[in-house]
Amino acid sequence: MATQHSRSAARLMMGPAVVLLLGWMLVPLLMTLYFSFKSYLPLRGGDLGWIGFDNYVRFVTSSAFWPSVSATLIIVGGVLLITVVLGVLLAILLDQPMWGQGIVRILVIAPFFVMPTVSALVWKNMFMDPVNGLFAHLWKFFGAQPVEWLSDASLFSIVLIVSWQWLPFATLILLTAIQSLDSEQLEAAEMDGAPPPKRFVFIILPHLGRAITIVVLIQTIFLLSIFAEIFVTTGGAFGSRTLTYLIFQRVLESQNVGLGSAGGVYAIILANIVALFLMRIVGKNLDA
Amino acid sequence: MARAVTTNRKVINTAFAWGIGLLIFFPILWTILTSFKTEATAIADPPVFLFFDWTLENYQVVQERSNYARFLWNSVIIAGGSTVLGIIIAIPAAWSMAFVPSRRTKDILLWMLSTKMLPAVGVLYPIYLIFIELGLLDTRIGLVIVLMLINLPIIVWMLYTYFREIPGEILEASRMDGASLRDEILYVLTPMAVPGIASTLLLNFILAWNEAFWTLNLTAAKAAPLTAFIASYSSPEGLFYAKLSAASTMAIAPILILGWFSQKQLVRGLTFGAVK
Repeated sequence: MATQHSRSAARLMMGPAVVLLLGWMLVPLLMTLYFSFKSYLPLRGGDLGWIGFDNYVRFVTSSAFWPSVSATLIIVGGVLLITVVLGVLLAILLDQPMWGQGIVRILVIAPFFVMPTVSALVWKNMFMDPVNGLFAHLWKFFGAQPVEWLSDASLFSIVLIVSWQWLPFATLILLTAIQSLDSEQLEAAEMDGAPPPKRFVFIILPHLGRAITIVVLIQTIFLLSIFAEIFVTTGGAFGSRTLTYLIFQRVLESQNVGLGSAGGVYAIILANIVALFLMRIVGKNLDA
Repeated sequence: MARAVTTNRKVINTAFAWGIGLLIFFPILWTILTSFKTEATAIADPPVFLFFDWTLENYQVVQERSNYARFLWNSVIIAGGSTVLGIIIAIPAAWSMAFVPSRRTKDILLWMLSTKMLPAVGVLYPIYLIFIELGLLDTRIGLVIVLMLINLPIIVWMLYTYFREIPGEILEASRMDGASLRDEILYVLTPMAVPGIASTLLLNFILAWNEAFWTLNLTAAKAAPLTAFIASYSSPEGLFYAKLSAASTMAIAPILILGWFSQKQLVRGLTFGAVK
């Protein structure tokens, strides 16, 4: 079907998108690499020359590095655990026959459409505020001392907020996957006398395996770079400084561009490792 | 398909699902309710749920005091502009990949996807610097460009999956009937592609509207969209719950409504066709 003529036309049509993305990827990436080997302090002397791998070493040996790694792991891991487990349960529930299924689905999906700054601020003030927040009222109602959520349990609080935002995404994708499950298989198992837990473990869960992998990979990539949720709740204080936030502070707040860029290179490598797995799955699907 | 279910079980399912659905939706509901309270009612102890004197005062105050309309307009321009621009650039690319695929099409698609995975913070300073040099900092056009670029892979990818569903036989048939390439695109392909383009437009508008890394870092007062405007409420003075709620409700209401129409596209657009 494709002639030589249409081939070159095709290349021309792809041109703008490819060139733009290539520029978007390469120019900043090369600049980040360039800065990462320099001592570059825009407010304190500017470009102070090449310093080899010093920034890379300093970034990982600074006292803020390991806490930021553990904060990142706790947030990403916590959110993944909560959204995948609850997402599977919720998807199974939403797949059951009921009245008003469409409306329930809308209610469950809604948080995904709330802009991150709004959800962070609403949770911070109206739920987690130790004086006027709803949680404080609830705690007092049961005679307990209200918790200072964002300072005493900052990571837990952020995990809660971010999980609320991402649960709809996991649920929606897992629900889509469950609905593609051949119901005859389930019926056959039911008739053979398999109880619901067994049907779940041996039929539903294996069927969901791929969808769960995709949810985990895509969410990991987005969760590694959450920013607004920390920016407006704790500003990186109380042990909630993630790798992304640490780099942001190095680059824009303390204007140590060299050091921040080295951190940026680490973040890029980390994201690429996750992306590699995701691409393999997506690529396989393209062949089919 | 239809499994016989006892009414009893259906009642339990319904009650359970509605309970959980309302629980998840509650923070949004609470925000909307609070936006109609006075500041004093908003922090009443114990909290009042429904029985209070409803007021529109907060909406007025937010609009008067903070020039809300300008932030809203910035959001519309930035989200709308970046999406439309992205679609204009992506349509020819997706088109050619779907209808004239070559050996490299798959690699190009995957490579485009990989640019989406680049962590923003890793290139924050270069972009910041380029923006200063070009005078783009705190301008709407700067954000239109950046958000167009970060969503371009998703736009191309979504359009590609939609276009691929258009059967090639129809093209051949129209060609046999003597249609020129121009006729083919204008009268055969476009009408079939419109639903896919509309879906792509919708989802990417939502993503751009809610984007909160570049909008927070590259704007100050002039070009700040609603994401940044809401963030300015993080260090408030005095009573502000009701006003925060009013501002929040106005910022999320249009997107909630659009979002409800885009549930299906969400799965397609964000899993890159890996889950159908």
